[in-house]
Amino acid sequence: MIYQTVIGLEVHLQLSTKTKAFCGCIIDFGRAPNTCVCPICLGFPGTLPVYNKEALNSAIKVALAFNCQIQEHTKFDRKNYFYPDLPKNYQISQYDLPLSRNGYLYIYRDNKPKRIGITRIHLEEDAGKLIHEDGQSLVDFNRAGIPLIEIVSEPDLFSPQEAFDYLTNLKSIIEYLDVSDCDMEKGSLRCDANISLRKAGSLELGVKTELKNMNSFKGVKDALSFEVGRQAELLDRGGDMVQETRLWDAEKGVTVSMRTKEGAKDYRYFPDPDLTRFHINQDMIERLRLKLPELPQEKLQRFMKEYSLSEYDAKILVSSKEDARFSEECIRIYPGKDKKLMVNWLIGPLLSEANSRKVKISELNITNDELISLIGFVERGEISGLSAKGVLSQMIDSGKSARELIIESNLLQVSDTEELSKIIESVILENTKSVDDFRSGKTNALMFLVGQVMKKSSGKANPKIVGQLLSRRLTDA
Amino acid sequence: MELNQLTAHELLVRLKSGSVASEAVQEALYARIEKVDSKINAYVRRADFRKNDAVNKKQGLLFSLPVTVKDNICTEGLNTECCSKILAGFCPPYEATVISKLKKAGAEIFPLKANMDEFAFGSSTENSCFGPTHNPWNLGCVPGGSSGGSAAAVAADEAIWALGSDTGGSIRQPASFCGVVGLKPTYGRVSRFGLIAFASSLDQIGPITKDVEDAAILTQAISGYDPNDSTSVDQDVPDYLKSLTKDIKGLRVGIPKEYFVEGMDSEVKSVIEQAVNKLKTLGASVKEVSLPHTEYAVPVYYIIATAEASSNLARFDGVQYGYRAKSDNLIEMYKRTRAEGFGDEAKRRIILGTFALSHGYYDAYYLRALKVRTLIKQDFDRVFAEFDCIAAPTSPTPAFKLGERASEPLKMYLSDIYTISVNLAGIPAISIPCGFTKDKLPVGLQIMAGSFNEEMLFRVAHTFEQNTEWHKIKSSL
Amino acid sequence: MAIDNETIRHVAHLARIDLQAKELERLHVQLHEILGFIDKISNLNIEDVLPASHILPISNVLREDIPHTSLTPERALENAPSKKGNFFSVPKIIE
Repeated sequence: MIYQTVIGLEVHLQLSTKTKAFCGCIIDFGRAPNTCVCPICLGFPGTLPVYNKEALNSAIKVALAFNCQIQEHTKFDRKNYFYPDLPKNYQISQYDLPLSRNGYLYIYRDNKPKRIGITRIHLEEDAGKLIHEDGQSLVDFNRAGIPLIEIVSEPDLFSPQEAFDYLTNLKSIIEYLDVSDCDMEKGSLRCDANISLRKAGSLELGVKTELKNMNSFKGVKDALSFEVGRQAELLDRGGDMVQETRLWDAEKGVTVSMRTKEGAKDYRYFPDPDLTRFHINQDMIERLRLKLPELPQEKLQRFMKEYSLSEYDAKILVSSKEDARFSEECIRIYPGKDKKLMVNWLIGPLLSEANSRKVKISELNITNDELISLIGFVERGEISGLSAKGVLSQMIDSGKSARELIIESNLLQVSDTEELSKIIESVILENTKSVDDFRSGKTNALMFLVGQVMKKSSGKANPKIVGQLLSRRLTDA
Repeated sequence: MELNQLTAHELLVRLKSGSVASEAVQEALYARIEKVDSKINAYVRRADFRKNDAVNKKQGLLFSLPVTVKDNICTEGLNTECCSKILAGFCPPYEATVISKLKKAGAEIFPLKANMDEFAFGSSTENSCFGPTHNPWNLGCVPGGSSGGSAAAVAADEAIWALGSDTGGSIRQPASFCGVVGLKPTYGRVSRFGLIAFASSLDQIGPITKDVEDAAILTQAISGYDPNDSTSVDQDVPDYLKSLTKDIKGLRVGIPKEYFVEGMDSEVKSVIEQAVNKLKTLGASVKEVSLPHTEYAVPVYYIIATAEASSNLARFDGVQYGYRAKSDNLIEMYKRTRAEGFGDEAKRRIILGTFALSHGYYDAYYLRALKVRTLIKQDFDRVFAEFDCIAAPTSPTPAFKLGERASEPLKMYLSDIYTISVNLAGIPAISIPCGFTKDKLPVGLQIMAGSFNEEMLFRVAHTFEQNTEWHKIKSSL
Repeated sequence: MAIDNETIRHVAHLARIDLQAKELERLHVQLHEILGFIDKISNLNIEDVLPASHILPISNVLREDIPHTSLTPERALENAPSKKGNFFSVPKIIE
């Protein structure tokens, strides 16, 4: 049977405000347990929450960046369930009046855009952390009360790869907004997935499973791929799908059924009487809209237009905010006429250096001035493109300047015609057959002879000049 | 007359002039407690009590005058247990905003806390893990509740004045039963920060005093905006002493006809009628009004209050503070801790509230109750558009016998029939002594006004009080 | 609306309260009576009435993103029934 995969994602994002959602405890990872806590985030009796203005602003910015409609009236609700990482045994969240609804973002398949709907983005608070030991669990509430937003997508994703692309684009947009670390390993971005299969052509959704415990985008993709296989096999066998939560075991590469705590219908949501409602008016929205930075999609269009880049090249440059900034600065200050040369360096040698070091272009140990200086040597014909790539690598490793390294390694190309002529004479003497071939019209022979000159000069001869000198010498005689 | 028998304003005059030392006031209170509290049980944890080493000599408005505090208001360094086993030993590392305000005004926080119904669940102070409080007017009767300890202490001259909390009548009803003055301020007038919540949308802290002037002074000291309470209203606090004018000529007073129906004690009825006549002779224009949704107030209240309570009390789970039952399994630990830690009434209300919020019942109960609450509020809005205040009984009966209603929760709930609407509407109301039954049990007159119009309450109550002698009559304890 | 023992048991489980058989019986009777009284509100026509989830006419209460002083772990843990180092400790979680 052929099935269509239907996936919806729920992304939880920690907002990087200075303080927690409902109290003034600072947010700082890696602190000793229970040092960033106060009676409020510990849920001590009698304490009350007051929401962080910056968290609201950040959340509205995210909602705007994802083209959501900000709701005029919004409120906090309590989601009630018992768990030791939840100090009040309810989570302050939003139920029927979320901050925003009906947004979207684009993913690209074969360079064609596909619009993925965002159902809602709402505000909530994080729980503490549990460490399980023999016979007991230990609780650290440093994380409890950190402001979160939940971004819920429509079931518009039809493959694990689409889910992966959605997450990549989502992360890129959030990074541009500078409102969250977006670090899945640190837990500042978390993703749960709902996945179901349906008969190809059917409009009805199948029974879904909820996948949890993925800690990288690749983990999300792998877990979904596994689940596609598992569900297809089960359906083929005529088995009954049960709606359940399954945990991804990254080590074994499988999902495992998890016994659920309270079902969704047992959460007893109701409006939190400790918090007032919010009226978000147009003024407030427009003020925040003005503060939005240029987002990846806009930057992409601008790069293509302003720097005459192909969509492919532009996309590579804008995928990270920092890289886009670094690249744009390089292109802007590059003195050469052909900006394309700089772009080729960025998406060529520089990107491959970054990839092999598993960092971003902007995180490489090289300034844009130094990069331009290196490219200058190539443009002036003083070093070969090949040696320049080697120099780039050394610059990044050593932090030395291009000039220093070129001189140190004696890489300057020989363009001195007198010196080159001597080498050319000896090559002609040693390769009479090729000389004859050339003269009898086999032009390929010239390339061979240039190669021999290069070899004799240990690669330092300027191949362009060698070619000119050689062909003049051979046709003159 | 002993010092402990004086009102706060009488003592303030003497403290100011230096004719009385603040230590002497405390000593007089301790002597009185020593003498009578074994019979009354207004104060809890008396055995663990050590007298203040030295009264901190404070200037300020309140000259180190001690204020008695109900056991559900957080006092830093002083146990706050809500008279519940589940909070046994809980000593908050923070204090309620009202406590900070009182200290700032120069008051002394009396080191013994007042008895109450566990978590303020009750109308008789019988639901205390420290045993019931007895009514100083008749030791076989209840003092009312839930602030029965505060009211009995003031009535028995074991306190100069006291703080209580009022969710459905918990200040006014015990004030009425004990023949003292009790005020529930407008919702949002007094910060709830540090008040261990029963029902967050209804709770307010307020004064229980020997006369209206004291109530005005204490209300003044605790009122005002608190940035730590989202439901605190940022509105200036008027000078309440200026409202003590002794003049109500021409004021329009409404008498709600729905408050004089079946179930009302005939003696209470005639005492209230005399009080209303007194208002007339003092120049008020008295007219019957209608609050048509009065009969729905108790049902609405018991849905909203228990729903909020079920969530507010979820945090008492044995993890961070208070009582924990022994178990090596988390869920069992939760269930046993809460089964053993909460008293019967607390369990009943938590279960009722959980039910009202639960799946399939939310719309029929909780949501419906919120809508009827709107109607109840509109009833008052309509009346206050034409009237300056409303006068009514505080309770349908005088103090009832200990144990009489303990096993009949519904009958107990109906004791609050005249006080509950005020909390649902968020408006202020005061109860003042207005007479006695043949058995020498006090009866209270309740006066209600529009939101943030406490001045009207003080004006009417003070005028009535200064033209009657009821507040001067002491129990023969 | 009637309430049966099964519902009370489920609700008590959600509220994490152990109920003895005798308690359950008593609660059943009491809740039945209370709900019978509460059901009075089902007679009202409230189609067009807005729910008063917040009685105050105030909105948009926010605080500035300014740090305050947190508790020391000693203070945070001083009321804890069980702790290990700087952690609160709870019995093993068995679902």
